Amino acid sequence: MRYEYYSNLALVSSAVVYMLAMFAHAAEWAAARRLSVTEPAKRELVNVAAADNVRPELVVRPEPFDKLRTAPVEGHYQSGSASGPQDQAAVSRRVEQFGRMGVALTIIGFLLSVAGVLTRALAAHRAPWGNMFEFTIMAMVFIVGVYLIMVWRAGLRWLGLPVTLLAAVGNGLAVTVFYVAVAPLVPALHSVWFLIHIVAAAISGAAFNVGGVMSILYLVKKRAEERNNVHGYLERLPSSRKIDLIAYRFLAFAFPLWTFTVVAGAIWAEYAWGRYWGWDPKETWALVTWVIYAGYLHARSTAGWRGTRAAVIAIVGLTSFWFNFVGINLFVSGLHSYAGI
Amino acid sequence: MRTALILLFALALAAIPGSLVPQRRISPVRVSDFINEHPRLGPIYDRVGLFSVYTSPWFSAIYLLLFVSLVGCIIPRVAMYARALRARPPKTPRNLTRLPAYAKADIADQDDGVLGRAAAALRQRHYRVDTAGDSVAAERGYLREAGNLVFHISLVFVLVGVAIGALWGFRGTTVVVVGQGFSNNLTQFDDFSAGSQFSEADLAPFSVTVKDFDVRFETGPVQRGAARLFRANVEVTERPGAAPHQEVLEVNKPLRIGGTTVHLIGHGYAPKVTVKDAQGNVAFSGPVVMLPQDGNFTSVGAIKAPDARPERLAFEALFLPTAVLDDQGPHSVFPDALNPAMFANVWYGPPRVETGKPENVYSLDPTGLRQLRQADGQPVRIALKVGDGVTLPDGKGSIQLDGWVRWVKLQIGDTPGVPISLVALAFAVTGLCLSLFVRPRRVWIRVRGEPGHRVVEVGGLDRADARAGLTEDVAELVAEVSRPEDVSAT
Repeated sequence: MRYEYYSNLALVSSAVVYMLAMFAHAAEWAAARRLSVTEPAKRELVNVAAADNVRPELVVRPEPFDKLRTAPVEGHYQSGSASGPQDQAAVSRRVEQFGRMGVALTIIGFLLSVAGVLTRALAAHRAPWGNMFEFTIMAMVFIVGVYLIMVWRAGLRWLGLPVTLLAAVGNGLAVTVFYVAVAPLVPALHSVWFLIHIVAAAISGAAFNVGGVMSILYLVKKRAEERNNVHGYLERLPSSRKIDLIAYRFLAFAFPLWTFTVVAGAIWAEYAWGRYWGWDPKETWALVTWVIYAGYLHARSTAGWRGTRAAVIAIVGLTSFWFNFVGINLFVSGLHSYAGI
Repeated sequence: MRTALILLFALALAAIPGSLVPQRRISPVRVSDFINEHPRLGPIYDRVGLFSVYTSPWFSAIYLLLFVSLVGCIIPRVAMYARALRARPPKTPRNLTRLPAYAKADIADQDDGVLGRAAAALRQRHYRVDTAGDSVAAERGYLREAGNLVFHISLVFVLVGVAIGALWGFRGTTVVVVGQGFSNNLTQFDDFSAGSQFSEADLAPFSVTVKDFDVRFETGPVQRGAARLFRANVEVTERPGAAPHQEVLEVNKPLRIGGTTVHLIGHGYAPKVTVKDAQGNVAFSGPVVMLPQDGNFTSVGAIKAPDARPERLAFEALFLPTAVLDDQGPHSVFPDALNPAMFANVWYGPPRVETGKPENVYSLDPTGLRQLRQADGQPVRIALKVGDGVTLPDGKGSIQLDGWVRWVKLQIGDTPGVPISLVALAFAVTGLCLSLFVRPRRVWIRVRGEPGHRVVEVGGLDRADARAGLTEDVAELVAEVSRPEDVSAT
């Protein structure tokens, strides 16, 4: 009872802190609007030279697929601006401050949500992913965890706004709409596959979400690039090609894991329900999601489908994933109706 | 590739209606409800196969076309891959500076081991290396395409496994009252479906007796009434005459008898009743299986005593494990048998000639029967607790609720293609990982220039989407190759 109380307290706090982090990142984006426009090509070269630390005889092509990092903020005001370098420096300092604040708050929110999941496990005496509420809070831990690692290792802070938005909404929905009190599991969930199938689903779901968010950013950035209208925060995003590439890496990681999730689910279904595939709505939508992402991978190697179209497919795939999670759990009856709401 | 893309989307779209429209295979009752509710739409849906999407011609057409296109794509690619495996890495391009990654370094005039070191360094990095003239060509990442091919070929085998299961497999269910048994014989199944290649002789001659069945429900405030434990102790006789052995059957722990699996997929109540006829003779005695209607196991069924004389008797009965009688009428408020009771109304009629025609054991066909009514015309209603008995009005006989017992629903089945599909899926996932994570790369190293101004050039090219570290690798190679002392150190 006490564990359950602390778990709820931690999760509610984490939702609030994520929301504050989101505000900080929103302020970061807003402040970045006042940064002046720079020449993309110029900036690219500056970055690469600055980041690569290369020997002088080494000629590096301006095609830096390898560098995922945000352009260093200094790069912007060096390129000159209308309002003068002093103002620009102040603005980029403010952008940087808000950004750091956002990441700091995200770390606090993350620690709170990890604590919430762990105390939930202690309260329930089992792995904390037996219903929709528990699955959501665990998936949010994975999403934010992956994001924080990428901020630390690869400088993906530019994902801050969408990820904190997702985390705030996710944990917020979990503690309000999806919440169910601690209870033991129904016999169908007493299986080792309960651990395997659901963790795989949560991790691949987290990667689908991050990849989907990036695909959205890709479309926004690409549109701005095509209209030659890259300014404000968009300028701080990597080039659309790079965003596309990182999105691909997340989805390419998620797809085999999702395949495994579906297979593990089929094995479990054979044990629990006596058939490995029964076209239960959840199974059907898992397959639909799988097929859409298979389409995404094919689209990336089909002429005329790369880039924008592939990104749209990735977003459709994410929509299907969410429909499977929220829609099927709440509105369609089936064997996976474990939301308990 | 474009064909595959279109067929994949067609497959995704075609699979959706089956999750939103009720399906015959999953819940026939909901299909008939749907047709009753939508008299106009229902028959149209039925005609286009929306109630059985996954066996409909259009759905089958899409996935079969997808697999045809897959095979058509895979065969030439296997041939191409076989050639590529034997081929040497492509010749060094004339202008290495045009490659996505390029680096060069000065080398000493007397240093003639550059190409040797280059070849060694590349081999160490698992490249296939070909030295020709003043340059070394190298390629790695052949496993990417291999993984890709393995993945797609495996999918074909998954489908083959599924098809074998559908042709040679069978699946049936049977309701077994605790204390009674089941022997694996067509006549003992309540429902049964099998593939076209299945023959009755394939049924293993085992029998299973359910000794007892333990079921527990949540009694706490959270998820009150949710199932917590189902466990059946059973005695299995593998073939007639063999020594029986004890097994425990649980959800998630099916029995495996030979190639056949036995799953525990449902349970319910069977009230034990004794019916005596007007002459005082026992016309029926034993458990009557009743079908649960809701999560609290409000169960309905029919008690039939066709042998009662001079008139046969029948009862439409409601069994409630935890009975409550309020303004909603009699219903059950908890799935466990805390306050069991049975409610019934009574039918009687002249004896019927036994036709041998099968009839539904769970419901009462009132043809040839009349409902027993009181003097005021109200139907006679019986309410019984365990141990209670009542005498029917007009000297029609009596009925007693002796007790209750649980029944379990067993699913017996064999799906022979499963191991093929499972192994194929393991290959598919492995192949998929290789095809997504192995990064094919080509590197060329050339020595060029006159004495006094010799350079080594390194150019690199990634052949797949997931490019990472190409520039670093090229820089590292040029550093390693241009300095002879590095090689002697390794």
